[in-house]
Amino acid sequence: MKAWVHVSLKKSVLDPQGKTVHAALQRLGYGKIAAVRQGKSFELELEPALSETEARQLLERIAHEVLANPVIEEYRVELQPTETGG
Amino acid sequence: MRIGVIVFPGSNCDHDAFHAAALEPGLEPVWLWHESRDLAGVDAILIPGGFSYGDYLRTGAIARFSPILGSVIDFARGGGPVLGICNGFQILCESRLLPGALLPNAGSRFVCRPVRLRVENAATPFTHAYRRGQQILLPIAHGEGNYYCDAKTLAELEAENRVVFRYVNAAGEAAAGGNPNGSLANIAGIVNRAGNVVGMMPHPERAVESALGLADGAALFHSLALALALPAAGAAPAQGMPACR
Repeated sequence: MKAWVHVSLKKSVLDPQGKTVHAALQRLGYGKIAAVRQGKSFELELEPALSETEARQLLERIAHEVLANPVIEEYRVELQPTETGG
Repeated sequence: MRIGVIVFPGSNCDHDAFHAAALEPGLEPVWLWHESRDLAGVDAILIPGGFSYGDYLRTGAIARFSPILGSVIDFARGGGPVLGICNGFQILCESRLLPGALLPNAGSRFVCRPVRLRVENAATPFTHAYRRGQQILLPIAHGEGNYYCDAKTLAELEAENRVVFRYVNAAGEAAAGGNPNGSLANIAGIVNRAGNVVGMMPHPERAVESALGLADGAALFHSLALALALPAAGAAPAQGMPACR
């Protein structure tokens, strides 16, 4: 089972990298981009034996303890949809 | 008194810190390796600057989970004096021994130059050889030194006099012009509530003798030597110190 954890700075926290990317896009003429926030994304391969509930709990814990710093960052866990039926 | 200097892969101010501590009579620096849990009976711990574990994930994030940090956290919770400089400050925040976090500099640049600081709290084991309100010059060298915490934490830091150093301009004011990295309230260093764990972005170990151009950092190591010489130092250094002001 594959999963992703997306981490980005909280909205209340200044993101100089996102601002710099946004300024570059503006310079290149992409004026319709209103704002850019830069983050990071982790792709994790999970043991197939895990249930979806177990996987979610594990990922939430890893995201909170390690992958994100909750003081400044927020995260979103995404699980690859499991194929059901035959 | 022995001061342990932690060495991570990627530490690059460890030798400077070791040298600065060795210059101070009464301080005997020893190395502490990141993979060890043994604190070798030290009386204080210094977490030096650099790029521990390449600063992968976030600055200080991997170092937080190193074997030695587990021992450092126990030592700090027991009242032992701990100083984190630059990357060391980032590691202390990541390990939650200090509140808040260090964000990328507001100007998106690595800033490497001397800065003017005001000593806001001269009652920590690392600052009591300074005067409260004293202005000093120390170098900074960081890309992520922009101190951030939520409004509630900031109010607590201010109310409890836990801002130790603040960036100031030439007039000695904590104004925007004196702020090199966008830090909240011009914060350059803070102390934990118990008063024994200090984190700071500026580098006192790079300013300890006239040959280096600046010497204002020497008093920090002198402070520690004095604090450790107090009778109460071994058991509970924080309680042996003058009351916070």
